[in-house]
Amino acid sequence: MIDYILEPFQYSFMMRALIVSVLVGIMCPLVGAYVITRGRAFMGDALAHSVLPAVAVAFLLRISPYFAAVPGGVVVAILMGVVSRRTGVREDTSIGIVFAGMFALGLVILSLARNLPVDIEDLLLGQVLGVSRSDVLVSLALAAFVIAGLSIFHRQFVYTTFDPVGAKVVGIRTGIVEYALLTLLALVIIVGIEAAGIVLVMAMLITPAAAGYLLARRFVGMMALGSVVGAVSAVAGLYLSYYANLPSGPAMALVATALFACTAVVKRRASV
Amino acid sequence: MTPPPGITVEDVTVEREGHKALTDVTFEVGPGTLMGVVGPNGAGKSTLFDAVAGLLLISRGRILLHGTDAQKGGLAYVPQRDSINWSLPATVLDVVTMGRFRSAGWFRPLRKQDREMVRACLCRVGMWERRSSLMTELSGGQRQRAFIARALAQEASIVLLDEAFSGVDVGAQEGIVGVLQSLRDEGRVVLLATHDLTNLAQRFDQVLCINGHVCACGPPEEAFTPEVLEELYGSHGIEFAHDDSERRE
Repeated sequence: MIDYILEPFQYSFMMRALIVSVLVGIMCPLVGAYVITRGRAFMGDALAHSVLPAVAVAFLLRISPYFAAVPGGVVVAILMGVVSRRTGVREDTSIGIVFAGMFALGLVILSLARNLPVDIEDLLLGQVLGVSRSDVLVSLALAAFVIAGLSIFHRQFVYTTFDPVGAKVVGIRTGIVEYALLTLLALVIIVGIEAAGIVLVMAMLITPAAAGYLLARRFVGMMALGSVVGAVSAVAGLYLSYYANLPSGPAMALVATALFACTAVVKRRASV
Repeated sequence: MTPPPGITVEDVTVEREGHKALTDVTFEVGPGTLMGVVGPNGAGKSTLFDAVAGLLLISRGRILLHGTDAQKGGLAYVPQRDSINWSLPATVLDVVTMGRFRSAGWFRPLRKQDREMVRACLCRVGMWERRSSLMTELSGGQRQRAFIARALAQEASIVLLDEAFSGVDVGAQEGIVGVLQSLRDEGRVVLLATHDLTNLAQRFDQVLCINGHVCACGPPEEAFTPEVLEELYGSHGIEFAHDDSERRE
């Protein structure tokens, strides 16, 4: 049994994948808890798709996708905030416009480029088994930054989420807080794309946090339990990927979905 | 020396989306006053509160809080039920603790005196026993008590309550007014926007009747004239005026 557990990690690529996956599993639900309670799941999905042009440009320039995706994601997050605030259209409409436009731009760049060192399918569905040592270091740095940001701004984030009007009255600059949260969301999504891909990063952002919502009574508990579910999903998905020869991103997403379904059933039975 | 008035609103005009939501509004509320703000839907009650709270820019005039134009700090706002995001799982204790964030510091851990203050505020509104309850588990009246406790924890000298009686049963309204009267007795200024004319007529010191402009301002028995009530509510206002005069007799 022990051999069965340890066997995958005799390979260094699996160790690197484990580190990045666990980081994603822990970080995504921390930010995902805010995304869910603010009703911004669509924004998260749109943000994930909208960083594709930045990632594509990074591959064209032969640099790490992080170096383009991090500023690109932050710019897109801010752009979405600006568009929703400054135009007369509904927020979900403006997000949809930016989402579709940016994703299309990314696909066009990728289709025009030749001899790219990456498969489009890996970008869309994730390929955590291929992360490099520098990717791991950048993921660790981003995780530390995100956790520090969440800790520092926790009170403002909670206040503005719960009572945006009251938050303004006590002097919180809600616009800045919104952009700060969008920036952290962009960073988390970029690390998440490494593990689950552009299409399935939502599964790590939303699903474990939603399970935490069902399990916990308070918001901090929701974040903590969401992270546990996220980490378990990531590790279990990695094993599934290794032993069943499945793509890692979909495997993690499936485990997260199964855990959410189990949580929902247990919660429903307990409340009857 | 006369203490500066709690709230001074001078010739305030507010424009929203190209039309005047409030025109030339002028009134003054002294310390230790419980004032009801009454008017039909769309009369500008929430706009007035937003202006006093510094949430929107006024087109003309000025608003002074305790004699200065500083809008933040000593003012607490109990918003309408619809503007709270009930999706966030927060207990009563979590919400009242928010009232200490500003004075304790946004980035520092809460001190012992902050926790004691939160406890005292919860005890005062009779919600200490329900501190671990989620806000969504409470009745409308209990939620309002929790928000009033948050205003107390904030050490606010001016408390604005927007539609505080919405979704609150009559018995609970009595309890809330009792708490607000005790805040008034400590010298705080309490403004409450409501549709409940009966409660206002009997329990409030002053009423401000608005319908885009000030129709009347003063003690309820002086402000609620048949003419003012008709301007506010049409024929329903006249019925209330008739019932009110019968009650007084």
